[in-house]
Amino acid sequence: MPHQRKSAFILLLLLPLPVFLLSLTIGSYHIPFGEVLAILFRGIDPLPNSSQTQIYRDVIFMIRLPRILLSLLGGIALSVSGASLQSVFKNPLVDSYILGLSAGAGLGAALAIAFLPNFVGLTQLFAFSFSFLAFMLTYFVARDRGQASTVSLVLAGVIVTALFSAALSMIKFFTSSEKLSSVVYWLMGSMAVSGWDEVLQSGPLIIFAFIIISLMRWRLNVLSMGDEEAKSLGINVERDRLVILITTTLMVSSFVSVSGIIGWVGLVVPHLVRMLMGTPDNRIVIPISASLGGVFLLLADDVARSLTSYELPVGVITTIIGAPFFLYLLRRRGGGSWRQ
Amino acid sequence: METIVSVEDLSFSYGGTFKLNSISLNVSAGTVLTLLGPNGCGKTTLLKCINALLKPESGRVVISGRNAHELRRWELARLVGYVPQAHVPPFPYSTLDLVLMGRTAHLDFFQQPSNLDYKIAEKALSMVGLDHLKHRPYDQLSGGERQLALIARAIAQEPKLLLLDEPTAHLDFKNQFLVLSMVKRIARENGIGVIMSLHDPNHAILFSDTVALMKNGSIFAVGPSHLVITKEKIETVYEISVRVINQTNGFLVAPSMENFS
Repeated sequence: MPHQRKSAFILLLLLPLPVFLLSLTIGSYHIPFGEVLAILFRGIDPLPNSSQTQIYRDVIFMIRLPRILLSLLGGIALSVSGASLQSVFKNPLVDSYILGLSAGAGLGAALAIAFLPNFVGLTQLFAFSFSFLAFMLTYFVARDRGQASTVSLVLAGVIVTALFSAALSMIKFFTSSEKLSSVVYWLMGSMAVSGWDEVLQSGPLIIFAFIIISLMRWRLNVLSMGDEEAKSLGINVERDRLVILITTTLMVSSFVSVSGIIGWVGLVVPHLVRMLMGTPDNRIVIPISASLGGVFLLLADDVARSLTSYELPVGVITTIIGAPFFLYLLRRRGGGSWRQ
Repeated sequence: METIVSVEDLSFSYGGTFKLNSISLNVSAGTVLTLLGPNGCGKTTLLKCINALLKPESGRVVISGRNAHELRRWELARLVGYVPQAHVPPFPYSTLDLVLMGRTAHLDFFQQPSNLDYKIAEKALSMVGLDHLKHRPYDQLSGGERQLALIARAIAQEPKLLLLDEPTAHLDFKNQFLVLSMVKRIARENGIGVIMSLHDPNHAILFSDTVALMKNGSIFAVGPSHLVITKEKIETVYEISVRVINQTNGFLVAPSMENFS
């Protein structure tokens, strides 16, 4: 790696740490930076403390820490899945949101929340199955003689997302009134109600999937050259692609099942990383997408919970940033970071 | 000389019609075989069958004593390097990263390229004379340089057999000769067998040891170029009248003007 790129690599990899500490101070209840550090390093162990410190400690450990961790995990899941899907489909304009994976996971999770008993893992299982189903649907609609072109994949994703969103609205209609509020709240796409349960339900799955994708980051490069070339270079394309698709579906659906649908992160972050690092090499793009994705969603959530006196859904913030960025990418077609 | 690949009675059909009809060929170490014939005669299909990208109806392809269609992809990729036509990939990897992809067949499932892999890739790049472009994004290379980079990638696979699909397509006059003489040199110096498809009979004369003239999915004639590229055979295969111009150190084929009057 050239020297300059190495410095940028290390800098961006460490960026989540300061943003993490900063985020602990932000919120309707301001906590000074020094107090945050003191409480974090003292840990649970109660040293002589005032009632003030006790409140700080509760706010940090019960409310902010799980929410911040979930934002970081979600940023990793959405960005890394976006980068992987873009490589596998040789298509810089796709991510889990565009291909309908998120809408599928949303429908599955909503079905489980609305109609099934609250059973550990059931929501995740439903989210995963429907997410994979939605993706297969997109892929087969888009496919023509074994090939799915850039534009037809995006269009098929729009159709499948519309279909699954309609089904989602139907569920709201048929949900019993005592469960309706939890479905609606979850649907908005927000980490506002998340606590340690949500972190524990989704975290291990996201980290597991992230490790698998990280280990396959070189293979992602080769897969992005197209099926015939990847085969000629010694890759079992069908098997490797399936492994990557199942893994990305797992990370996306795990996050969606606890946070609702948050769009555009997986599209914006990998592109930003390729621009900043000046290379599409997934050995760099995957780890930096993880750290920058975490930072992006965490900052968006910081804005969502501190901009106004009430909570904004974080999905609104990511869309306001992401949609214009997508337009910019469309206009730039044929330029530096990718070409079709 | 050691036989690298033998194609034995290979047939391939698609949608009920035969695209290849009982093809048999042999290539020895260090020699170049050129497939010559009009568009649609089955050159690319044959290359894909040899590389097991297409499954033949009958017959087999034996590479270094092993049946190509029974090997796993990584096993085959250690024997066969495939050079596609120069193209622009959706992601502009650096030239070195592109060549490094040739090492994939030598890596485990979860493994990343090592320092040794980098050394082999850089050696392949210097073999084709592109060291100075290794950090340049691949899409900023010229057509000829791209083709050479793809050849370097195939060399990095350390194969016994090199397949090239129209390596001169889209190249200018000078680059066509540059690329083809590079291919011949690589075959000689590394003892690699080469099968390539070409459009120009004169290129076949200059750069190959054996020429296989194809027509409608069959081998029309195969042998040394002076026996295969004759006025009668070229006229039969291409359905155009030609003149063969003898020179002190070889001969040339040119279309005669009566075709156009």
